[in-house]
Amino acid sequence: MGLGYLIKRVLTMVPVFFAVVTLVFFTIRFAPGGPFDEERRVPPEILENLNKKYHLDEPLYQQYFRYLGALAHFDLGPSFKHSNRTVNEIIAEAFPISFELGTYALIWALIIGLLAGGLAAYKPNSLFDYVPMSISIAGICLPTFVIGPLSILLFGLWMEWLPVAGWDDWPSKVLPSLTLGFAYAAYVSRLTRGGLMEIRNQDFIRTARAKGLKESTILIKHSLRGGLLPVVSYLGPAFAGLLSGALVTETIFNIPGLGRFFIQSALNRDYTVVMGTALLYFTLIFVCNFIVDVLYVVLDPRVRYE
Amino acid sequence: MRTKGTFQFRSLFVAGPLVALLFSLVSFSAQSPAPQVLNWGNGTEVQDLDPHIVSGVPEHHIISELFEGLVTVHPQTLEPLPAQAESWTISKDGKIYTFKIRKDAKWTNGENVTANDFVYSWQRLVDPKTAAKYAYQGYYIKNGEAINKGKIKDLKQLGVKAVDAHTLQVELEAPAPFFLGVLYHYSLYPVHQKTVEKFGQRWTRPENIVSNGPFKLESWQLNKVLTVVKNPVYWDAAKVQLSKVNYWPVEKSDTEEKMFRAGELHVTNEIPLPKIPYWQRSKKDVYQQHPYLGTYYYRLNVTKKPLNDKRVRRALNLSIDREDIVKHVTRAGQIPALSFTPPGTGGFTPEGKLPPKVTPKTIAEAKKLLAEAGYPDGKGLPPIEILYNTLESHKTIAEAIQQMWKKNLGIEVKLFNQEWKVYLATMQTLNYQIARAGWIGDYNDPLTFLDMFITNGGNNETGFSNKEYDKLVRDVKHETNQAKRLKMFQRLEDILMDELPIVPIYTYTRVYLKDPKVAGWYPNVMDYHPLKFVSLK
Repeated sequence: MGLGYLIKRVLTMVPVFFAVVTLVFFTIRFAPGGPFDEERRVPPEILENLNKKYHLDEPLYQQYFRYLGALAHFDLGPSFKHSNRTVNEIIAEAFPISFELGTYALIWALIIGLLAGGLAAYKPNSLFDYVPMSISIAGICLPTFVIGPLSILLFGLWMEWLPVAGWDDWPSKVLPSLTLGFAYAAYVSRLTRGGLMEIRNQDFIRTARAKGLKESTILIKHSLRGGLLPVVSYLGPAFAGLLSGALVTETIFNIPGLGRFFIQSALNRDYTVVMGTALLYFTLIFVCNFIVDVLYVVLDPRVRYE
Repeated sequence: MRTKGTFQFRSLFVAGPLVALLFSLVSFSAQSPAPQVLNWGNGTEVQDLDPHIVSGVPEHHIISELFEGLVTVHPQTLEPLPAQAESWTISKDGKIYTFKIRKDAKWTNGENVTANDFVYSWQRLVDPKTAAKYAYQGYYIKNGEAINKGKIKDLKQLGVKAVDAHTLQVELEAPAPFFLGVLYHYSLYPVHQKTVEKFGQRWTRPENIVSNGPFKLESWQLNKVLTVVKNPVYWDAAKVQLSKVNYWPVEKSDTEEKMFRAGELHVTNEIPLPKIPYWQRSKKDVYQQHPYLGTYYYRLNVTKKPLNDKRVRRALNLSIDREDIVKHVTRAGQIPALSFTPPGTGGFTPEGKLPPKVTPKTIAEAKKLLAEAGYPDGKGLPPIEILYNTLESHKTIAEAIQQMWKKNLGIEVKLFNQEWKVYLATMQTLNYQIARAGWIGDYNDPLTFLDMFITNGGNNETGFSNKEYDKLVRDVKHETNQAKRLKMFQRLEDILMDELPIVPIYTYTRVYLKDPKVAGWYPNVMDYHPLKFVSLK
């Protein structure tokens, strides 16, 4: 794999990053309403004091360069709403929670998805195939805001097995991560099945079978590495999606993750928090895809980047 | 030993998560709720805990327990009760208040609370550098407004001084008979000068904060939970029965309701709209519903055709069935608003001038007015739109009103919604015709409602202007005689209900769930629940 290619990828990210900074900065500023607009109108003199305090009275270009200057020092600025915290602090507190949630969700997705997909590919066109694949279709179709409340109702309120909300000990983490991971599990299972089925018809598998190897050995030893490639390439976007797309799950289960800050800050016009979270999400998506590209080369000898 | 077995199971890999799940179930069910720990659903995450910075209701719930002002309120009657001040006297002209600060009032670090703390805090409130959103609560105090608006630079000119360490003298701009009630508002609570100056904006963090209320801050995780525990050095600590209060910021009322059903909350912030009839019907001991000091209404933009015509505004007001709306649309015991000020505000019950129900008579009158204005049967009427902020409940009400105007007056009204901040900006720039609005009183006096509609008032936002109205509002602020004040309030209501820059719809109710175990918690119009009176049975 060309090292040059990797460096090129990282370098192309820089202008894109600046484009994102600029785009988000000006888009959120041009949205009507400001961080201090409330139903109870703040008197103009007080609003002036507030704007001065947060440099919102300066011309926009000046604010933009002030932001860039701070960003160069990894300073994302103060939050307008949570006045005793900086954006760095908010992210440092909330992101590990989102990361944990996303990781568990990915683990669920892989365990359930690989098992279901493997089973289906092992005995295609049987009940082992139809049942998991039908469930996976349901998993893809049903949105989180249906699965979440249903699972709360079932496991939280009727069976009383698990807490209905929160993010504390083990039990409170089961339902949210399962809810979040379910749709991804469905995709993983279909990709697994598809990948394995495709491999089954390749020459080297036929050879293996001709040599009289057991079907399970063929599946585990010979098919998995090639058959899982689609799953691997899906993992990058999936993990980025799990990290940045958990806001619905976080809201339903009242989890203090970054997704909730992202939504709240946009609604509150908390400019600095919007910027901070958006930039973090952008970086995450880039990093996840980058790692997958690298992994792809490791797994598939046919792939070469120039 | 269970651990070993678990490990063996885990090696099966597939069963791992399942076992972990079962294992955790065991540990979870072993937890038992501690006594005297109140779990309260507190709506949105609070901005901050600095009494001079914040501006919301969830903030009030916490700050009014962490800090204590000169007075507190009776949990049922809302009468002012001695708190940091053990007594007070009011001068004859109603402008000078002298408070005796109790000698055993202490900060959580053990220092005494003194009159100087209040002087510093109130100066800080009106200091333009603080940029306090509620600075106008300091405008009652002499020179408060002038200092906040930068007309007076010297903070010492503020009408508050420490006669000695335990005597605080306050001079008001004008007699405000409701001033003691205002003192319960967090903007007038004391803050600890040395702490504020040492830590700057970060002084309210759990590791820094010094406060003086019945509870003190233990921990605060954004969007998760904020915990306060009983403050042992609080002067009235013997009375405080709760040992701990957890404030859960739960924005989704569905989640909150499920947490309540699972026993994770004692009190919720609200109830999901579709669930109200269920709780109302079947769980009378937990369902809470009581009048709230607020009015839901529509603003009418009087600067634009056709609503610049008083007759059109009146016709619109006469042809909506308020009783129908509260019975069939909002369904949570709201009271049809026949005036702007909610009945009973600070002892004032306005004479309602609007019809609660639509009758053939009111429709005939409305149609006549519309015809007089040049729009017989709505013909020739420019298109009208109702603006509301995007929310299902506002939509249903707007649809009901749309139907009523169509049926009763034959006019077509369109609806459009905007995201919250966009909607606020649209209202401020008077870029609407009809807009949904709500107003919750800051204190229990009609003035908090009626002074909104002075010419160019920040919360007027209708373009309404009336000289007599402006003068009356100025005069009533200087009036101490309660009987005269009530008369003036009625006159203000009469002008408002004659000019009708608004369509009052209903008086708010507070609707939420409360565990029957919670004692000492009473319904009242301000929705104040001082926790020093609350306990768990």
